[in-house]
Amino acid sequence: MTVRVQAEPFDYGAECDGFAQRAQGAAGAVVTFCGIVRDNDGTLTGMDIEHYPGMTERALTAIEAEAQTRWALADSLIIHRHGPLRPGEMIMMVATAARHRADAFAAAEFLMDYLKSRAPFWKKEFTAKDSDWVAARAEDEDALRRW
Amino acid sequence: MTLTVLYFAWVRERIGVPRENVTTTAETVRDLIAELSAREERYALAFSDLASLRVAIDQELSDFDAPLGSAREVAFFPPMTGG
Repeated sequence: MTVRVQAEPFDYGAECDGFAQRAQGAAGAVVTFCGIVRDNDGTLTGMDIEHYPGMTERALTAIEAEAQTRWALADSLIIHRHGPLRPGEMIMMVATAARHRADAFAAAEFLMDYLKSRAPFWKKEFTAKDSDWVAARAEDEDALRRW
Repeated sequence: MTLTVLYFAWVRERIGVPRENVTTTAETVRDLIAELSAREERYALAFSDLASLRVAIDQELSDFDAPLGSAREVAFFPPMTGG
Protein backbone atom coordinates (compact mmCIF):
# COMPACT_ATOMS: atom_id res chain seq x y z
CA MET A 1 0.00 0.00 0.00
CA THR A 2 1.48 3.30 -1.09
CA VAL A 3 0.21 6.88 -1.04
CA ARG A 4 2.13 9.74 -2.62
CA VAL A 5 0.98 13.36 -2.64
CA GLN A 6 3.30 15.52 -4.70
CA ALA A 7 3.60 18.65 -6.84
CA GLU A 8 5.98 17.02 -9.33
CA PRO A 9 4.79 15.14 -12.41
CA PHE A 10 5.02 11.34 -12.32
CA ASP A 11 5.95 8.92 -15.08
CA TYR A 12 2.74 6.95 -15.57
CA GLY A 13 4.35 4.25 -17.72
CA ALA A 14 7.19 3.69 -15.28
CA GLU A 15 4.81 3.69 -12.30
CA CYS A 16 2.50 1.12 -13.94
CA ASP A 17 5.42 -1.06 -14.96
CA GLY A 18 7.08 -0.90 -11.53
CA PHE A 19 3.79 -1.66 -9.80
CA ALA A 20 3.11 -4.66 -12.03
CA GLN A 21 6.67 -5.94 -11.55
CA ARG A 22 6.34 -5.75 -7.76
CA ALA A 23 2.97 -7.53 -7.87
CA GLN A 24 4.38 -10.54 -9.71
CA GLY A 25 3.81 -13.81 -7.93
CA ALA A 26 1.03 -12.86 -5.52
CA ALA A 27 -1.17 -11.19 -8.14
CA GLY A 28 -2.64 -12.30 -11.42
CA ALA A 29 -4.32 -8.99 -12.24
CA VAL A 30 -3.29 -5.34 -12.20
CA VAL A 31 -5.67 -2.46 -12.90
CA THR A 32 -4.38 1.09 -13.39
CA PHE A 33 -6.19 4.37 -13.93
CA CYS A 34 -4.96 7.91 -14.45
CA GLY A 35 -6.87 11.19 -14.42
CA ILE A 36 -5.77 14.04 -16.67
CA VAL A 37 -6.62 17.75 -16.78
CA ARG A 38 -9.59 17.96 -19.15
CA ASP A 39 -10.12 21.02 -21.32
CA ASN A 40 -13.91 20.99 -21.65
CA ASP A 41 -14.37 23.52 -24.43
CA GLY A 42 -10.88 24.56 -25.43
CA THR A 43 -10.74 27.60 -23.13
CA LEU A 44 -8.91 26.16 -20.13
CA THR A 45 -5.45 27.66 -19.62
CA GLY A 46 -4.63 25.82 -16.41
CA MET A 47 -5.76 24.27 -13.18
CA ASP A 48 -4.58 24.73 -9.61
CA ILE A 49 -5.10 21.96 -7.09
CA GLU A 50 -5.16 22.91 -3.44
CA HIS A 51 -5.01 20.29 -0.71
CA TYR A 52 -4.88 19.94 3.07
CA PRO A 53 -1.36 18.66 3.89
CA GLY A 54 -1.56 16.05 6.61
CA MET A 55 -5.26 15.29 6.22
CA THR A 56 -4.77 14.41 2.56
CA GLU A 57 -2.28 11.64 3.34
CA ARG A 58 -4.44 10.40 6.24
CA ALA A 59 -7.59 10.31 4.12
CA LEU A 60 -5.92 8.50 1.21
CA THR A 61 -4.27 5.98 3.53
CA ALA A 62 -7.63 5.32 5.23
CA ILE A 63 -9.36 4.83 1.85
CA GLU A 64 -6.64 2.36 0.80
CA ALA A 65 -6.95 0.51 4.11
CA GLU A 66 -10.72 0.26 3.63
CA ALA A 67 -10.21 -1.18 0.14
CA GLN A 68 -7.83 -3.76 1.64
CA THR A 69 -10.55 -4.93 4.03
CA ARG A 70 -13.12 -5.31 1.22
CA TRP A 71 -11.08 -7.03 -1.46
CA ALA A 72 -8.18 -9.45 -1.48
CA LEU A 73 -5.57 -7.00 -2.74
CA ALA A 74 -1.92 -7.89 -3.13
CA ASP A 75 -1.03 -4.19 -3.38
CA SER A 76 -2.38 -0.73 -4.15
CA LEU A 77 -0.97 2.64 -5.12
CA ILE A 78 -2.38 6.17 -5.14
CA ILE A 79 -0.42 9.13 -6.53
CA HIS A 80 -2.12 12.55 -6.48
CA ARG A 81 -0.59 15.84 -7.55
CA HIS A 82 -1.26 19.34 -6.26
CA GLY A 83 -0.29 22.83 -7.40
CA PRO A 84 -0.49 24.31 -10.91
CA LEU A 85 -1.20 21.95 -13.83
CA ARG A 86 -1.70 22.52 -17.56
CA PRO A 87 -4.42 20.97 -19.75
CA GLY A 88 -3.48 17.40 -20.66
CA GLU A 89 -1.20 16.91 -17.65
CA MET A 90 -1.75 13.90 -15.43
CA ILE A 91 -3.36 14.77 -12.10
CA MET A 92 -3.41 11.43 -10.35
CA MET A 93 -3.31 7.66 -10.70
CA VAL A 94 -4.41 4.57 -8.86
CA ALA A 95 -3.21 1.00 -9.29
CA THR A 96 -4.53 -2.18 -7.71
CA ALA A 97 -3.18 -5.71 -7.79
CA ALA A 98 -5.16 -8.83 -6.90
CA ARG A 99 -5.22 -12.56 -7.61
CA HIS A 100 -8.13 -12.10 -10.01
CA ARG A 101 -9.29 -9.14 -12.07
CA ALA A 102 -12.73 -8.65 -10.49
CA ASP A 103 -11.19 -7.58 -7.18
CA ALA A 104 -8.62 -5.35 -8.90
CA PHE A 105 -11.27 -3.57 -11.00
CA ALA A 106 -13.72 -3.13 -8.11
CA ALA A 107 -11.04 -1.85 -5.74
CA ALA A 108 -9.75 0.64 -8.33
CA GLU A 109 -13.27 2.02 -8.82
CA PHE A 110 -13.78 2.20 -5.06
CA LEU A 111 -10.51 4.11 -4.60
CA MET A 112 -11.51 6.55 -7.35
CA ASP A 113 -15.04 7.09 -6.02
CA TYR A 114 -13.77 7.76 -2.52
CA LEU A 115 -10.83 9.96 -3.36
CA LYS A 116 -13.06 12.16 -5.55
CA SER A 117 -15.36 13.09 -2.67
CA ARG A 118 -13.50 12.23 0.54
CA ALA A 119 -9.89 13.28 -0.02
CA PRO A 120 -9.29 16.99 0.69
CA PHE A 121 -8.42 18.32 -2.76
CA TRP A 122 -9.99 21.32 -4.46
CA LYS A 123 -9.61 22.22 -8.12
CA LYS A 124 -9.59 25.74 -9.49
CA GLU A 125 -9.88 26.19 -13.25
CA PHE A 126 -8.36 29.13 -15.10
CA THR A 127 -9.35 30.55 -18.47
CA ALA A 128 -8.01 33.67 -20.20
CA LYS A 129 -10.98 35.58 -18.74
CA ASP A 130 -11.42 34.33 -15.20
CA SER A 131 -11.04 31.51 -12.71
CA ASP A 132 -13.46 29.43 -10.72
CA TRP A 133 -13.51 26.59 -8.21
CA VAL A 134 -14.79 23.33 -9.62
CA ALA A 135 -18.09 22.43 -7.91
CA ALA A 136 -18.51 18.94 -6.49
CA ARG A 137 -20.97 16.91 -8.56
CA ALA A 138 -24.00 15.19 -7.03
CA GLU A 139 -23.20 12.11 -9.16
CA ASP A 140 -19.84 11.79 -7.42
CA GLU A 141 -21.49 11.82 -3.99
CA ASP A 142 -24.14 9.35 -5.21
CA ALA A 143 -21.39 7.04 -6.48
CA LEU A 144 -20.32 6.37 -2.87
CA ARG A 145 -23.67 4.77 -2.04
CA ARG A 146 -23.02 1.74 -4.18
CA TRP A 147 -20.19 0.57 -1.92
CA MET B 1 -9.14 27.15 24.44
CA THR B 2 -7.07 28.16 21.45
CA LEU B 3 -7.67 26.38 18.16
CA THR B 4 -5.85 26.48 14.88
CA VAL B 5 -8.56 27.17 12.30
CA LEU B 6 -7.79 26.44 8.64
CA TYR B 7 -9.66 27.50 5.52
CA PHE B 8 -9.38 26.06 2.04
CA ALA B 9 -10.44 26.93 -1.52
CA TRP B 10 -13.15 29.63 -1.76
CA VAL B 11 -13.61 29.64 2.02
CA ARG B 12 -9.96 30.72 2.32
CA GLU B 13 -10.45 33.36 -0.36
CA ARG B 14 -13.55 34.82 1.32
CA ILE B 15 -12.00 34.93 4.77
CA GLY B 16 -8.69 36.16 3.43
CA VAL B 17 -6.27 33.96 5.40
CA PRO B 18 -5.34 30.27 5.11
CA ARG B 19 -5.12 29.75 8.88
CA GLU B 20 -5.35 31.58 12.18
CA ASN B 21 -5.37 30.90 15.88
CA VAL B 22 -8.77 31.42 17.49
CA THR B 23 -9.36 31.64 21.22
CA THR B 24 -12.88 30.48 21.88
CA THR B 25 -15.32 29.08 24.42
CA ALA B 26 -17.36 27.37 21.67
CA GLU B 27 -18.53 23.87 22.57
CA THR B 28 -19.43 22.72 19.07
CA VAL B 29 -18.42 23.51 15.51
CA ARG B 30 -21.76 25.33 15.10
CA ASP B 31 -20.93 27.53 18.13
CA LEU B 32 -17.54 28.34 16.63
CA ILE B 33 -19.15 29.34 13.33
CA ALA B 34 -21.64 31.60 15.16
CA GLU B 35 -18.82 33.19 17.13
CA LEU B 36 -16.71 33.87 14.03
CA SER B 37 -19.70 35.07 11.99
CA ALA B 38 -20.56 37.62 14.69
CA ARG B 39 -17.02 38.94 14.57
CA GLU B 40 -16.77 40.23 11.03
CA GLU B 41 -18.75 40.32 7.81
CA ARG B 42 -16.21 38.22 5.87
CA TYR B 43 -16.85 35.28 8.22
CA ALA B 44 -20.62 35.70 8.03
CA LEU B 45 -20.33 35.67 4.25
CA ALA B 46 -18.11 32.58 4.15
CA PHE B 47 -20.37 30.68 6.57
CA SER B 48 -23.71 31.88 5.15
CA ASP B 49 -24.59 28.52 3.55
CA LEU B 50 -23.56 25.57 5.70
CA ALA B 51 -24.89 23.09 3.11
CA SER B 52 -21.99 24.14 0.87
CA LEU B 53 -19.40 23.66 3.60
CA ARG B 54 -17.60 20.71 5.14
CA VAL B 55 -15.66 20.59 8.40
CA ALA B 56 -12.78 18.49 9.68
CA ILE B 57 -11.73 18.25 13.32
CA ASP B 58 -8.10 17.27 13.81
CA GLN B 59 -7.93 16.19 10.16
CA GLU B 60 -10.97 13.88 10.30
CA LEU B 61 -14.22 14.77 8.51
CA SER B 62 -16.84 15.72 11.06
CA ASP B 63 -20.16 17.54 11.30
CA PHE B 64 -21.38 20.89 12.54
CA ASP B 65 -22.89 19.55 15.75
CA ALA B 66 -19.72 17.72 16.77
CA PRO B 67 -18.29 18.78 20.13
CA LEU B 68 -14.92 20.48 19.90
CA GLY B 69 -13.76 18.72 23.07
CA SER B 70 -9.98 18.75 23.12
CA ALA B 71 -9.67 19.55 19.39
CA ARG B 72 -6.56 21.37 18.30
CA GLU B 73 -7.30 21.94 14.63
CA VAL B 74 -10.56 22.74 12.85
CA ALA B 75 -10.74 23.15 9.08
CA PHE B 76 -13.53 24.55 6.90
CA PHE B 77 -13.76 23.89 3.17
CA PRO B 78 -16.16 23.27 0.28
CA PRO B 79 -17.08 19.73 -0.84
CA MET B 80 -13.93 18.02 -2.06
CA THR B 81 -13.06 17.61 -5.73
CA GLY B 82 -10.21 15.12 -5.92
CA GLY B 83 -9.36 12.71 -8.69
